[in-house]
Order: sequence, then structure tokens, then C-alpha cells
Amino acid sequence: MNRITLMFEAAKKERRKTLVGFLTAGDPGMAVSERNMLAALESGVDLLEIGVPFSDPTADGPAIQAAGARALGAGATLGGIIGMAGRLRAASDAPMILFSYANPLFHRGYERVADEAAAAGVDGFLAVDLPFEEASEFRALLAARSLFFIPLVAPTTPEPRMREILSDAGGFVYYIMVKGVTGLRAEAAPDMKEHIEALRRCTKLPIAAGFGVGNGVQARAVAAHADAVVVGSALVEAARQGRLESLVRELSGALRG
Amino acid sequence: MKQGPDAAGHFGEFGGRYVAETLMPALLELERAYRAASADPAFWEEFNAVLRDYVGRPSPLYFARRLTGAYGGAKLYLKREDLNHTGAHKINNTIGQALLARRMGKTKLMAETGAGQHGVAAATAAALFGMECVVYMGEEDIRRQAPNVQRMRFLGARVQPVSSGTATLKDAMSEAMRAWVSRVDDTFYVIGTVAGPHPYPAMVRDFQSVIGREAREQALKQAGRLPDLVLACVGGGSNAAGMFFPFLDDASVRLVGVEAAGYGIATGKHAASIGGGQVGILHGSKSYVLQDGDGQVLNAHSISAGLDYPGVGPEHALWARTGRVKYVSITDAEALEAFEDLTRLEGIIPALESSHAVAEAKKLAVTLPEDGLIAICLSGRGDKDLDNILAYKAKESRA
Repeated sequence: MNRITLMFEAAKKERRKTLVGFLTAGDPGMAVSERNMLAALESGVDLLEIGVPFSDPTADGPAIQAAGARALGAGATLGGIIGMAGRLRAASDAPMILFSYANPLFHRGYERVADEAAAAGVDGFLAVDLPFEEASEFRALLAARSLFFIPLVAPTTPEPRMREILSDAGGFVYYIMVKGVTGLRAEAAPDMKEHIEALRRCTKLPIAAGFGVGNGVQARAVAAHADAVVVGSALVEAARQGRLESLVRELSGALRG
Repeated sequence: MKQGPDAAGHFGEFGGRYVAETLMPALLELERAYRAASADPAFWEEFNAVLRDYVGRPSPLYFARRLTGAYGGAKLYLKREDLNHTGAHKINNTIGQALLARRMGKTKLMAETGAGQHGVAAATAAALFGMECVVYMGEEDIRRQAPNVQRMRFLGARVQPVSSGTATLKDAMSEAMRAWVSRVDDTFYVIGTVAGPHPYPAMVRDFQSVIGREAREQALKQAGRLPDLVLACVGGGSNAAGMFFPFLDDASVRLVGVEAAGYGIATGKHAASIGGGQVGILHGSKSYVLQDGDGQVLNAHSISAGLDYPGVGPEHALWARTGRVKYVSITDAEALEAFEDLTRLEGIIPALESSHAVAEAKKLAVTLPEDGLIAICLSGRGDKDLDNILAYKAKESRA
């Protein structure tokens, strides 16, 4: 069984919510980035999203934009990042997915990327700008290798469309809590609860909610409704400031407490 | 040939909707609204009335006698989009999209701009219809195109500077897409070219097709025949799409799109996405993109801010693939030479963008007989470029 499913099943038995952590691969360079990813896993991240930097990150706010620019400036490549994922896999059994924009995947070739990721022990992909309608080829290639293509659902997604997106999805669902780009927000999304309830009507998959979460208090509020909380920009910033492990411990503790 | 895209917005393998899920419902709504408007004769009646009474259409198809003499070959006709209100073809599209926005009940417009021509055209449409308007513009372009920035502000638009990346059109469009995600409920995103996610490429082409429809009728009326050759510059490709589309089924008419070769394709400093790029996904659609070996988008270069974009509309990618349109490229230096030719010989100051098409005419005129006919889309006027040209020349004379 896929590591993603195993992790969520185990957490459910333990009656705890889980922490999905995003870090931009290659920020500020490959070696430091790899150490940060390992440290995040060792400090309490349950599922790691390995962010593939892209030159034109149209869905990202300032923190992840800047991290991507640093990573590309330091020479990060998709091939190098898949290699890093393989080394992380040798050190950890935690589920890992690659989080990318479509073009780096398309340019390298969907089939080649699926093969390489499977060989490296990656468990799935999340492609920000590859909506349901454009994803069928890549989804089929991943499915043939028992990798998940993680669907994204937004607050703008109507329920009939949710059903379509989730019809043959696996792993978990990523619920984007706000209409906007990635990045920290002071206020929680007011309509999160009703949207997550609508999602529950459409799928039995675990629901991870993200966008805007930066501390333990916010994480706990989201975890009241979702199965997992996704934290990205805040981890990227914490890593830059040398306080990644303490933030991960705070978030992880808030979800267990 | 005149096939629209398929139901999901694909032109062959190109096009589509490569956007974040948050935007998908808005694009589906826009597509439904455009399809309904498109089937409504009243929508086109209003569009055509505004183009006639406000934009000043039809624009003339002008026989450039002295330029023809100098270039020594086929007769050169200029489709005078530079004479439109606001000085370029961009207004055709912003009027269409603003009318659609109003029909959809949206009260705010947003736009990206490179040279500032589309930003001015969007701000103008917003003023005309009493709408709010925000224009995203790279800081580098704000510097290069100061008069247009002032124009937008006088028109009541807010110009939002974009400092990411190279601070040019590519980055302005990325930032506009980010901003649209958070304003998708009440804001209509007016894309200025035939790129972006479906339905924009088809919709913008339809609004711009007035150029080619008029040019075709005017050629038949004035010269008694269709042109042998139709030329237009291609950045994102909206004036070219509008100029070419009505000629697609005329097998005798050769269509040539002119990309910006910058310092030359071989130098890597150019904006020729078809001539020097590969298939990729940028800003919502699959087309030709300037990119490195790892799928990272490269910075384009052109002396012309309006062509300085590393992508191109997906329908152009299809036309290039099928061979219906031939795509060539013209360097900065060649474009400047054509700019000077047209200004001195005809008293018409063309935009640097349009000068690329004129420069290709200079090469091709001699390959046709004297009774041959070339129609060139003169997409805009060049007043906005004078500072930039002076700076370029000062740099060249120092070099």
C-alpha cells in the first residue's frame, strides 16, 4: 500500500491530525535544503512536500517566490531534486510528494518523470497548474506506477466539480483554504468549515487544508475540521531564519495536544 | 482552417487551461458567458458601433507609394491600426472584453501590460464604461514607457509596479494571474493578447479579427484582388491573429508572422518563441516558450517592449505546426531601419513592434513582381518609442 494511505490510516487509529510540510527544494542550495528536509521529517512533519522551483510561480506569494528564485539561482534542477528525494527516502519512511508547476514536468517528459520519481521512492505528485481537465495523461502514467496525483480543491470549486475531480482520486485531497496565493494570513478562512463538509460529502479520502497557516494556534483551528494541516511559506521562512525545527515541533505539538 | 479550439480550448496539441484550480470555475464561467455573447447579434452590434463611433473604424488600408518605390517590388499596403483611438490595435480587444465584463455584471477590470499599449487601451475602456481598472506593469517597462504610464493614470487606472523577475511583461502577467486569484469574484481579467488560458486565445482573436476582415474587403475593393502576402509582427500575437484569421481559407494568400530576433536568435537574446523556443506551458496554455533545458522560462529580449515576451499564442503554435503561417524573425537593428524608412518616406511613425513587419516587407518585396500586393499590419504608432530609440542609438554610437 502507498505510504500516504498507510500514514493517514495510522494517524486515524491514533486519533491524531497530521502535519504536511512544504519546503522549496534547493533553497538556498541543494546540500542545506536536503538537511532541512531531513530535519523537518525528524522534528515532526508527517508528509513532506518537496517543492520544485519554477521561474514563473503564478500561484505563490512572496515567501515561496523568493525561495524558488534562490533555489534556481543556486542551480536547482528537477533531476537533482529527484535525486535528493531518493536520498531522503533512504533515510526516512515518511510519505513524500513532489510539488511542481506543470512545465518542468512536461519539459522533462511526464513518463520519464513518473519513472524516475517511482524509482526514487516518491509517493505522488501535486501539480499546481495542471487542473483535472489537463491532467489525464500524467495521472494515468502515475497510476500505472502506483503513485498518486493529489487533487486540489479551491473555495471556488462548486460541489459537482468537486465530485468530478475526486471521482478516481487517491492519497488525499488538498483543500486550498483561501482565494489567493500561498503565504501567511492573520485571519482564518471563514468558510473553511462548510467547504470541508462539502468535501466530505464527495470523498472518503483524508483532507489536508492549507494556505495561510503559520503557527500552532492556526494549525489547531484548521485541524478541528481537516485531517491534515499544510504549512509551506512559514516553514520556508523559518528555514531561512534557522528556526525550522522549533516551528515544526510547535505545529506538530499543536496537532497532537 | 478557420476552426475554433475544441471544447476544452485546445488548438491541436496546444492551448488548454493550465491554471490553479481556484481560477478554473472563473474560466468556465467566462467561457459560458463569451459563448452566449458570441451567439447574440446585439452584442456584436454594440461592439461594432463602439468600434465605429469611438475607435474610429474602419481603419484605412493605405497604399504606401514611396515606400513601395524604395523597397522596389510588390505594392505595399498598410493596415492603419496606428490610427485607432489610443494609437494601436489593442483597443479592439479591450472594448470587446469590457462589454463582456459589463454583460457579466463585473465592475472592475484588471490587465497586464508590456509596452503600455494594452494597459492604456484597458484603462480607456474602463473610463468609457465607468469601471475601475488596475494595470500590472513591470518596473523596467514603467521606466521604458513613461508616457503610457502617465496616460493610464490620467485615465483613472491604478498602475501596479511589478518588480519580480526581469520586471517586464512576463512578470507583469504572472503577477496579474496571482492577483486575479484573490479578486476572482468581482474582477474581470482583460488579457491583452491571444495567449493565456482558454477562452482568451479564441476570444481575443475574435475581437481582433475585425482587422483582417476589413483589410480583406478593402484589398478587394481598392486593388480588385486579395493580397499575395500578409505580414504582421508576433509577440503574444494578437494583431497577427486578427489580421491572419479572415485570410486562413484564402489558399492564394501567404501569411507571414514576424517575431523579434533581438540581437539575433544565435545570441540567445531574442523574443522569437516559435523560431527559437520549444513546446511548453506558460501562463495558462501550452505553446512555444523560450525555456532552458530544465523547463525554466527564459527572459526574452527585444528593443520593442510589446514583443518582449517569452511565449506566443497557442493558435500561432498550431499555424506554425501545420505550416499555414510561416514565422520568421527580424533583429532590433533591422526593425529600427524600417522604422526610419517608414517615418522618412511616408510621414508615418510606426511602433517598434510594427516596424518588425515592415522590415520583413523590405526583404520580401523584391521577391514578388511589381503587380504583386503585400498587406502589412501596422499595429500601432511609434510616438511611445521615441525615448527608447534615442537611448538605443546613443548606446550604439558609444559602442
